[in-house]
Amino acid sequence: MSHSGVDHPRLAAEFVKNDSRAHWHDQALWFVRAKRDKAAQSLPEWETLRERASQIKRNVSANLADYLEEFEANATKMGATVHWARDAAEHNQIVLGLLERHNAKRVVKSKSMLTEECHLNPFLERHGLNVVDTDLGEWIVQLRNEPPSHIVLPAIHIKKEEVGELFHRKIGTDSGASDPTYLARAARKRLREEFLAADAGITGVNFAIAETGGIVVCTNEGNADLGTSLPKLHIACMGIEKLIPRADDLSVFLRLLARSATGQPITTYSSHFHGPREGCEMHIVLVDNGRSNILGSDEFRRSLNCIRCGACMNTCPVFRRSGGHSYKTAVPGPIGSILAPSRDAQQYASLPFACSLCGSCSDVCPVKIDLHHQLLTWRREITVRGHLPWTKRVSMKMARIVLVRPAIYRMAGFLLRKVVLRMPRALLYNPWNAWGKSRDLPPPPKQTFRQIYQQRHGK
Amino acid sequence: MASKQQILEAIRRQSVAPVEHPGVEGPWITYDDAPAQFAAALESVGGLCHFVADLPAVNAALAEIPEFSAAQRIYSSVPEIGGANVDMASIDNPHALDDVDFAVFSGEVAVAENAAVWVTDEHVRHKVVYFLSQHLALVVRRSQLVDNMRQAFEKIEFRAGRFGVFISGPSKTADIEQSLVVGAHGARSLHVFVVE
Ligand code: SF4
Repeated sequence: MSHSGVDHPRLAAEFVKNDSRAHWHDQALWFVRAKRDKAAQSLPEWETLRERASQIKRNVSANLADYLEEFEANATKMGATVHWARDAAEHNQIVLGLLERHNAKRVVKSKSMLTEECHLNPFLERHGLNVVDTDLGEWIVQLRNEPPSHIVLPAIHIKKEEVGELFHRKIGTDSGASDPTYLARAARKRLREEFLAADAGITGVNFAIAETGGIVVCTNEGNADLGTSLPKLHIACMGIEKLIPRADDLSVFLRLLARSATGQPITTYSSHFHGPREGCEMHIVLVDNGRSNILGSDEFRRSLNCIRCGACMNTCPVFRRSGGHSYKTAVPGPIGSILAPSRDAQQYASLPFACSLCGSCSDVCPVKIDLHHQLLTWRREITVRGHLPWTKRVSMKMARIVLVRPAIYRMAGFLLRKVVLRMPRALLYNPWNAWGKSRDLPPPPKQTFRQIYQQRHGK
Repeated sequence: MASKQQILEAIRRQSVAPVEHPGVEGPWITYDDAPAQFAAALESVGGLCHFVADLPAVNAALAEIPEFSAAQRIYSSVPEIGGANVDMASIDNPHALDDVDFAVFSGEVAVAENAAVWVTDEHVRHKVVYFLSQHLALVVRRSQLVDNMRQAFEKIEFRAGRFGVFISGPSKTADIEQSLVVGAHGARSLHVFVVE
C-alpha cells in the first residue's frame, strides 16, 4: 500500500481478472472447507479438543524458554544435535554448514513453511547445492519457479492441464496428458530417483516434544519418510513455537490437525523421530526469527499457537477469491496477515485490510486463535503508525469530520442524494473510488432515515 | 551458543501470564463396535481391513490379494508369514531395498477413530521399507485395537533411536486439482489384518 509495500488490492485484482479461474479456485477451497466441517462434526468432543489445544499452546507460550531447554536436553540424549538460530540468515548458514561438512550435493526436502520463510532453497542453490522439494504440490511450484500459494495445498492455484504441460516439458510425460493419476505416477517415478540419489534430507517439524526430545512430522505422501530413511543426514528445521510439553499432548493435536487441514481423520503418516538411525546424524535447528518478539505482545501472542493447518485460508472469502500469491508472504491468508506485519508492518500494511471481518477463520481455527480480532487490532496499529496509504487516510479523516457533526452529516447526505448520484458515471467512478471499482452505488432512497423517523413519531 | 542465550533471554524478557496445562483426559469418543469403526475408517482413507482368526489365516488372505501374488520381492517382519524372500538382516545399505514389491509388518496399536496403525523400527533394520515397498500389509492383534488417540498414546513408549509412525491408509496426494491419487511416494495399497 505504501509505495514499496505489498499491494494486496492490486494483486487480488489481477487474480480476479480471470473470472472463471477465480471461481474455480474459490470452489476448490470451499470443497476442502466442507470436508473439514464433516470431519469436525464426526467428533462430539470437537470443541473440547480445540479448547484443550488452545490452552496447551498458551501453556507453551508461558513457559517457552523452559520447554526449549528441556527439549534440547532430551533431544541430545536421544542422539540428535540441536542448533539455535536467531534469524533466517543464521538458520540458512547452519543448514549450509551441515551440508558442506557432510559433503552433500543433492538434498531432498519435504514440506517446511519455515524454510520457505527463510528462503532456504535459493540460498542453498546459490551455494551450488541441488535442492528438490518432494511434496508433489511443492515440486510442481518449484518446477514453475514460483512459491507455494497455500501452506497445505501448495499448487491449489494450478490447473491439471498446466501441470501436464509442465511435466511434458520437464520430465517428458505425454504431450496433452492431464490425468492426475498419470501425472502423479510420473512424478513418483522421477522423485524416487531423487530420494535414492540424495545425500541429505531436510524436513519441517509439526510438533517437538519437550518431555521426550522427539519431533513429529506429518505427511500424506510419505516423502518426509523416504527423505530421511535413505540418506545419512537428516536436518529438521522448526520455529521455536512448535514445542509441545508432552508426548500425550499429541493425542489432542494429531486429532485436530488433519481434520482441520483436509478433512482426513489423520494424515497418512505421522512420523515420530527420536534421534538418528544407527550410523546416521540428525540435526534440529530451532529458529526464532521474530517469534520471541510476538511472544511479548498481549494482542498478538496467540498467533504463535498456529499449527499451520490452513483451515483459515480455505474458509476465508478474501483468500479464496484473491489467491495465495496476492499476499506475497510464505504464510498467506488470515494467519499470514497477522504474522507478516509482525515482521514488517510497513511492508505488509495492506494485508490486515484484506479481510471482511466475517470471523469465519476464528470459527474454524483448531487452536482457537482470535484471528479476526487480531486483524482488526493490526488495522488500528497500522493507522497509528502512519502506514495507511493517503487515499484511505484522507477518506477516514473526512468520514470523521462528517460523522461527528450532525449539520455537516445532514448536508453531506443531501448532496449525495441530490447531486453526487446524478453526476455522470465517469466522474463518479473515478480512479479514487475504490469501492465502486466492481460495484454500483445503490439508487438513493426517496426519504432519509431522519424524515421517516419524524413522520412516524410526529415532532 | 551465543544465539541460544540470546533467544532464551529474549523469551524470558517477555512477561507472559501463567497458563495451566489442561491435561489430556477425556471423555473422548468410544465406539460400540470398534472393529467395524476401524474397518470403515480404513476404507475411507483408501485401505482395506481383514478380520482373521489366526496367522495362518493371514497367509490364506494374502494369497487372495493380486498384488501379493504378483510380487517378486517380498519382505516380512512377521516370521509366520510365508513367501518372504528379502532378508533384511543381510542387507547393509537401505538403498538396496528399492525393489521390494510387498512388505508385511506387525503393528503395535490400531486406532478405531482414524484407522491409524502404530508401527516402529524395532526388529526392522531398515525402516525405509515401510515407505519404499510398493504395497504394504500390517498385522495387528484384536486386543491392540483402541477407540481413540488418547488410548493409543497410553500404549506407546519412546526410546532413543527408536522411530515410530502412525500409518493410516496408503500414501496419497491431492495436489493436482484436488483429485485424490492413491500411491504418492509411499505404499500404493494398504491391507490391515486384525487377528483375533
Ligand atoms: S491460524 Fe488456525 S486455522 Fe489458520 S493455519 Fe493456523 S491453526 Fe490453522
